Amino acid sequence: MTVTELGIPRRLLEFTIDGQAVRAPEGATILDACRAAGKDIPTLCEGDTLRPKNACRVCVVEVEGSRTLVPACSRKAEAGMEVRTGTERARHSRKIVLELLASSVDLSMTPQVAEWIKEYEAKPDRFGPDAARLNEEPRVDNDLYVRDYDKCILCYKCVDACGDQWQNTFAISVAGRGFDARIAVEQDAPLTDSACVYCGNCIEVCPTGALSFKSEFDMRAAGTWDESAQTETTTICAYCGVGCNLTLHVQDNEIVKVTSPHDNPVTHGNLCIKGRFGYQHVQNRD
Amino acid sequence: MDLHFGDSKPTDEERAAIDALLGPPESSWEGADRSDADLRWARGGREARDRRDLLLPGLHAINDRVGWISDGALDHLCRRLTVPPAEAYGVATFYSMFSVKPRPATVLHVCTDLACAAAGASELCAGVEARLGLGSGVHVERSPCLGLCERAPAALAIKAGDPVRTAVSAPATVHEAVLAASSPDSAPQEPPAAMAVPQAGDPGLTLLRRVGVVDPSSLDDYRSHGGYAALRRAFALGPAGVIREVTDSGLVGRGGAAFPTGRKWQATASQPDHPHYLVCNADESEPGTFKDRVILEGDPFALVESMTIAAYATGAHRGYLYLRGEYPRALRRMEHAIAQARARGFLGDDVLGQGYAFDIEIRRGAGAYICGEETALFNSIEGYRGEPRSKPPFPVEKGLFGKPTVENNVETLVNVLPILTMGAEAYAAIGTEKSTGPKLFCVSGSVERPGIYELPFGATLGELLDLAGVRPRLRAVLLGGAAGGFVRPDERDIPLTFEGTREAGTTLGSGVVMAFDDTVPLPRLLLRIAEFFRDESCGQCVPCRVGTVRQEEALHRIAERTGAAAADDIALLREVGRAMRDASICGLGQTAWNAVESAIDRLGAYE
Repeated sequence: MTVTELGIPRRLLEFTIDGQAVRAPEGATILDACRAAGKDIPTLCEGDTLRPKNACRVCVVEVEGSRTLVPACSRKAEAGMEVRTGTERARHSRKIVLELLASSVDLSMTPQVAEWIKEYEAKPDRFGPDAARLNEEPRVDNDLYVRDYDKCILCYKCVDACGDQWQNTFAISVAGRGFDARIAVEQDAPLTDSACVYCGNCIEVCPTGALSFKSEFDMRAAGTWDESAQTETTTICAYCGVGCNLTLHVQDNEIVKVTSPHDNPVTHGNLCIKGRFGYQHVQNRD
Repeated sequence: MDLHFGDSKPTDEERAAIDALLGPPESSWEGADRSDADLRWARGGREARDRRDLLLPGLHAINDRVGWISDGALDHLCRRLTVPPAEAYGVATFYSMFSVKPRPATVLHVCTDLACAAAGASELCAGVEARLGLGSGVHVERSPCLGLCERAPAALAIKAGDPVRTAVSAPATVHEAVLAASSPDSAPQEPPAAMAVPQAGDPGLTLLRRVGVVDPSSLDDYRSHGGYAALRRAFALGPAGVIREVTDSGLVGRGGAAFPTGRKWQATASQPDHPHYLVCNADESEPGTFKDRVILEGDPFALVESMTIAAYATGAHRGYLYLRGEYPRALRRMEHAIAQARARGFLGDDVLGQGYAFDIEIRRGAGAYICGEETALFNSIEGYRGEPRSKPPFPVEKGLFGKPTVENNVETLVNVLPILTMGAEAYAAIGTEKSTGPKLFCVSGSVERPGIYELPFGATLGELLDLAGVRPRLRAVLLGGAAGGFVRPDERDIPLTFEGTREAGTTLGSGVVMAFDDTVPLPRLLLRIAEFFRDESCGQCVPCRVGTVRQEEALHRIAERTGAAAADDIALLREVGRAMRDASICGLGQTAWNAVESAIDRLGAYE
């Protein structure tokens, strides 16, 4: 039986979003309240299993009395707050953020970005052909996963998942500063020389496809990756007694990728190397 | 924490540098030779991790001794402090004064920022680079503002060793800069700090009255010039009384944000969570700002005393002085002053026999403008990358080490001394109704007598410029530094107050007043400002990380263009600038477009 945590009852705060009265439990963020009210705000660095980092600034909204725009993902709702999500000012910043990212990073594998670019009429090309880009090559230094930092928006989610929020391995960090900042292990070495334990929990949270299974990376390179032909089956990991949920992504009767449901109350989408990458025996037909 | 280390070993020198800071390792787990005792030795959990704040001093120790940070040294430091090497690498690569790649032991920082650029920094740089090529044993680094604007162009040589040697050459010629770099010990002495104060010795001065008058190394001299009278008054008033005086005085922060100091102190003092911390922000890195340096070098005991008062009022027993890494003389003076004060009972377990304990620790920055942002500074002290935190929570509630913290700029703190000695009422009578007290202005550029000027709030820009002897053919004045704004030469009537500059649509910022004549093309200055922000952005949020790059690219494109040819890019700049101002996490991104915008709108830079 799954025990659903109810927690202690929380006070409801009353405030307004776009003039409409809403109530949200104390501690909820503006984003939580917006989603509960059925308002869609784009997010990139926000992760359902991680503390908000508010680095991407694509979720900014206007809050009455605040000099600057406010990140919806991290700002806690307060009673009496007047939040406006669709003002010209907020939309302008979102548009520019999308343009800045799309003009410097490969967002081709980031879900929903194409829609948002259209919705906000963002024109990433207008910075000209000489606009600086990340210009990173994919790093293929192990058999399990690939780091393609040309797709990295520096959302810090992998760092947080590897660090004190989940894995406590601390194999990666942001190194360098400003536009030259990159996710790296110490001395920017190959992963095989680092503290990485290949749990793949960074892949689980990466929003842009910068981190991907080697199997997925190779199939994409070969042009054989076809998500529409894949099935997803959630099962239980057979390795140890913890009983983590695994979601097997299967294409042509082969497991091509393993994820884990984020709403699992015990593991929150985290696995270890065995659950994440140790599936070869399942399809060993000899 | 299960840490993973590589195979690289530190050299004996690197090991010695780290051990000199942290003491010898206690066990092979920390890098000592193996012994049987290791089987019964453990340092884990909080005890191990709580030393994370020694990471930055540790990196300094290695860099000071060897000139760069090797894998072996970084690993050894991580082992000693239980810090994951990846995180330490992230921290080491954050600061511009560190290098994780081999480089010569001597680094010559040549300032190429605004005041120095106008004084011929590019020729200096080219000359120095030609003389100090590969194999010269000196690495030449083009640097943002070194805080020596009154003696532009400036260069700072740092020669790693035991001890590390430094030499300042300002105003620098190619020959002098090369000499400073090749033999820092025999380079000519820097002129005394009072040389930066054209008004030095004027009895009408309040904040600067001791600069050039007292011996900055003598506590007795400080006391014989009124030193420690304010602290005695503070003890007589009690903490609440001090806060009341400071609140009544109308003192607001001098670092640029102009937040009421009394309110900040009150908010910190009333926090139930303990301990409380005091942080003095001496990471003065705004281009054109050098006022804190002059106080630190010329009247160091004043800062020790005012920090003691601030800590007493807010219930803190530990103060951190975060000093910018490019100020070696200020560091020496402050170290000496703190040691003297400690030896004489002005710091320590029982300050002045009043049963109040307080001590100050100096932490050096390592070349990061962003660390002047209050929450980035906390992260820097704690041994993390100096990235700003999102607010709320505010520092008064959760600041350094997550505890209630009051953080003040050097100039703000030293204002507390006259407030207590002359009383809030008399202090508030100086200046205007909304901007009370005296203010320090950092005047540089195209003036006869550049330096720090102390004027009561309310003096006009014209009065200040006349005092400094502004040269003819003035083209523009930059107020507030790179994060500030340009005004026209005919706007001499702008009152130099917080409300006056705001009304005039500009900012006072940290008190920078930089005059430019028409020999320096404005687009080149704007480009330098844009480069500055691009270099100094921490990279955390998108609007600033990429926006500052796009801003610089656009300014490059229009550097030689005007009118319609520049119109598209100016429109682009406006759009990007607006998003940076609205959506960046901290003040750096929010102000990165200010100066450029003001140059376009007020000066017609591209018309």
